[in-house]
Amino acid sequence: MSIPKNTPGPSSTSSVSTTGTRIRVHESLAGAMTESTPDLPVSVSVASSGANTGDDAGRAFESVITTRDLSVYYGSYQAVRHVDMNFGKNRITAMIGPSGCGKSTVLRCFNRMNDLIAGARVEGTITYHGQDVYAEEVDTIEVRRRVGMVFQKPNPFPKSIYDNIAYGPRVNGWKVSSMDDVVEEALTRAALWDEVKDKLKESALALSGGQQQRLCIARCIAVQPDVILMDEPCASLDPIATSKIEDLMRELADDYTIIIVTHNMQQAARVSDRTAFFTADVDDEGVRHGRLVEMDWTNKIFTNPSDPRTEGYISGRFG
Amino acid sequence: MTITAPPPPPSPATPAARPLLKATGEPLRERAFKWMLWFCMAVGLVTLVVLLVYVFIRGWGALDTRLVTNMPSSVLPATAGAQSAITGTLWLMVFTAIWAMPTGILAAIYLEEYGDPTRWYNRVIEINILNLAAVPSIVFGILGLAFISRGLGFGPTILTGSITLALLVLPIVVIASREAIRAVPQSIRAGSLALGATRWQTVYRQVLPAAIPGIATGAILALSRAIGEAAPLLMLGVSFVRFNPDGLMSTFTALPVQIYNWTTESRPEYTELAAAASVVLLVLLLAMNSVAIYIRNKTQRRW
Amino acid sequence: MAALVSVATTVGIVISLFVPAFQFFQEVPLTDFLFGTTWSPTFANPGFGVWPLVVGTLLITVIASIVALPLGLGSAVYLSEYAEDRVRRTLKPALEVLAGIPTVIYGFFALTLVTPLLRWLIPGDAEIPQIYNALSAGLVMGVMIIPTIASLSEDAMSAVPSGLRQGAFALGSNRRQVATRVVVPAALSGITAAFVLGISRAIGETMIVVMAAGLQPNTSWNPLEIHQTMTAFIASTAAGDIATGTTIYKTIFAVGALLFVMTFVMNMISIRLVRRYREVYE
Repeated sequence: MSIPKNTPGPSSTSSVSTTGTRIRVHESLAGAMTESTPDLPVSVSVASSGANTGDDAGRAFESVITTRDLSVYYGSYQAVRHVDMNFGKNRITAMIGPSGCGKSTVLRCFNRMNDLIAGARVEGTITYHGQDVYAEEVDTIEVRRRVGMVFQKPNPFPKSIYDNIAYGPRVNGWKVSSMDDVVEEALTRAALWDEVKDKLKESALALSGGQQQRLCIARCIAVQPDVILMDEPCASLDPIATSKIEDLMRELADDYTIIIVTHNMQQAARVSDRTAFFTADVDDEGVRHGRLVEMDWTNKIFTNPSDPRTEGYISGRFG
Repeated sequence: MTITAPPPPPSPATPAARPLLKATGEPLRERAFKWMLWFCMAVGLVTLVVLLVYVFIRGWGALDTRLVTNMPSSVLPATAGAQSAITGTLWLMVFTAIWAMPTGILAAIYLEEYGDPTRWYNRVIEINILNLAAVPSIVFGILGLAFISRGLGFGPTILTGSITLALLVLPIVVIASREAIRAVPQSIRAGSLALGATRWQTVYRQVLPAAIPGIATGAILALSRAIGEAAPLLMLGVSFVRFNPDGLMSTFTALPVQIYNWTTESRPEYTELAAAASVVLLVLLLAMNSVAIYIRNKTQRRW
Repeated sequence: MAALVSVATTVGIVISLFVPAFQFFQEVPLTDFLFGTTWSPTFANPGFGVWPLVVGTLLITVIASIVALPLGLGSAVYLSEYAEDRVRRTLKPALEVLAGIPTVIYGFFALTLVTPLLRWLIPGDAEIPQIYNALSAGLVMGVMIIPTIASLSEDAMSAVPSGLRQGAFALGSNRRQVATRVVVPAALSGITAAFVLGISRAIGETMIVVMAAGLQPNTSWNPLEIHQTMTAFIASTAAGDIATGTTIYKTIFAVGALLFVMTFVMNMISIRLVRRYREVYE
């Protein structure tokens, strides 16, 4: 599968000249590349100049989800503090960093999954298309429909493939003229249709790990979300399945906004347009709090990060 | 509140994003469901409360020292007491424990520490124990009747009763003891063995002491079950007795049997006595379970 | 040494299996009669059809099931999917207390409170239902069994991995949908095991039916009438003065064998089902 759209992705960094110490970084990234795009967009140089609100190929950056001074508490424990982020429409944004820095915690705030954890509390604001996600009048169910989530461990229901996909529309009370079409469309978009079209009524649990994860993506797509959150979606998959999902992500970004948390920074470099780097501070009492260190175009983060901690993580000095 | 119907089957670039996030109260259907579930819980709990209150009130008139000091009488309800039943129950429990505890604990030790779970006979034993745990108590009564009461000719004595009840609760003791033993971490066993102890020494000196709280709780559970059983005792021929037991071979009566007898008496005064005896039985149960809870809380292991 | 002890256990079962069977075979000609419809073993012209006893058992079991299965499952769903931790920790043990109350006391309760209550509630003749009736026994038995069903069902539902719930919530389900469309179907084999076990307990229960349903066999399905169950028969016959070795004595074992077989089969099914759901999720 070729990458259809113009992306100032790291696959093009090899063409960007860099100073001495950075070359090491690039070579390791280059080793992780799977394909290079035929187009080397001019915009790469724009991106590497570090402009935060820059665009590529003339596309405006429109923030779908924005956080302002976000802190998340579990009871009295402050898991993450003072996070300011924005996530661009139809972009893939990656959140990277060592474990325990609050990336997943923040991710779960976007679709209010943290509500399900007793004692979880949010301070600061998260806006979705300008609306406060945690406002009193907000319908959590609707939020979750529009902001979908794919989990680290694929979690298909113990039902048939068909019923898995149909679950979302049914549960949201949709009256569709043809559920079959909905199912087919979702599976096609998730690049799974050809593999399962003859066994829709079979149990979803019979699929391989990679297929199950794509099923979960299809399930998520079936409710027509706007944003898709992915919490380490490839963590339990083999490399081949992983690359299939990464290809899928790039396709999906045409229609959805994608936010992915990943431990695999090469993956972030491969796949994302923008990257946010998290780390954990330890305060005077020895308690860890997660914080956002820096967020920028992926290209810049991996070639010329502003913060030395980012540089340390990227070059493998810690993490 | 109805749920919104979204746009018809998807076209790729449908802007599902823009419309306002709508606020809805928890729709009626959801709340009704929740109430229905609460109702399910409530029925059980309410009945429990009603039962306890009823028994207590009904037996109020007979709840005095007479109950403990006097013997049951089928002639004069006014002076009847339940002493023989109370002492009978106590005797019965002591011996049931004596038969059931060692047997059960040893069996549990065997199954957990020595038995190879892949061997077919061990698996048969396991399944047997699970089955036994669910066999109706009256079948145990049949067993006791056939073999011990009539077969061995002992008749309805403390011995017969306690053995029958011991067999009844044996599975409970085994299962609870196994859980307790299983909860002891492997590291303790490994440490002991590494120091040169034999298997038995490890079990006897390390595992068992650690598992005692769980085993004790299991014992109390078992006795709680045994104390309330009437059916097997009735099967054995236990009935009306006006003296305290004086030995293993003594016939006896027990609280559950006495309650049954008094309930089936036609005269209404006896209903009061039955209720009072029920209260005594419940109090005994409460005491036993409080001890169990106390043990459990006091020995929350910090593995 | 310890092995002998467990052998003793097994022997206990084997014996309890063989004794009724042995005695049972002594009545070989009666095996045919076990499908007759008159149960009157003490009559001069004895009838040994066990059907009336089976009717009694089934009728009361059905009533108990109608009470216990929905209420038990509902309680389990509430405890597993709706209750916060603190609430669950208080309510679950409370429900267990129901299971710990001796059945004699339930029998007393059924006879002295529930039956008069039903008489007061059911319009018409003050003699309806009869003093001994299946309805009181069935209702009270149902309540007694609720904890059994609730406990086992709740265990099964807890075993459903939280990932499934999370996935369902993430798709925009509300709690009811997650509970009814995802959790309960996923825990179905465990829930079925709970139902089967509950029914098995109902079949094997003695005191409540002896005290509240009566000791007269009855082939009608009217719950307002007196009925005798298999267990009640066994208990009352043995408690009377029956000589060892007589045919009447042996009826105890015949009915006992039938009872044992019924509950045994149900228990095996239940164990099998529990194993199955344990395998799937652990």
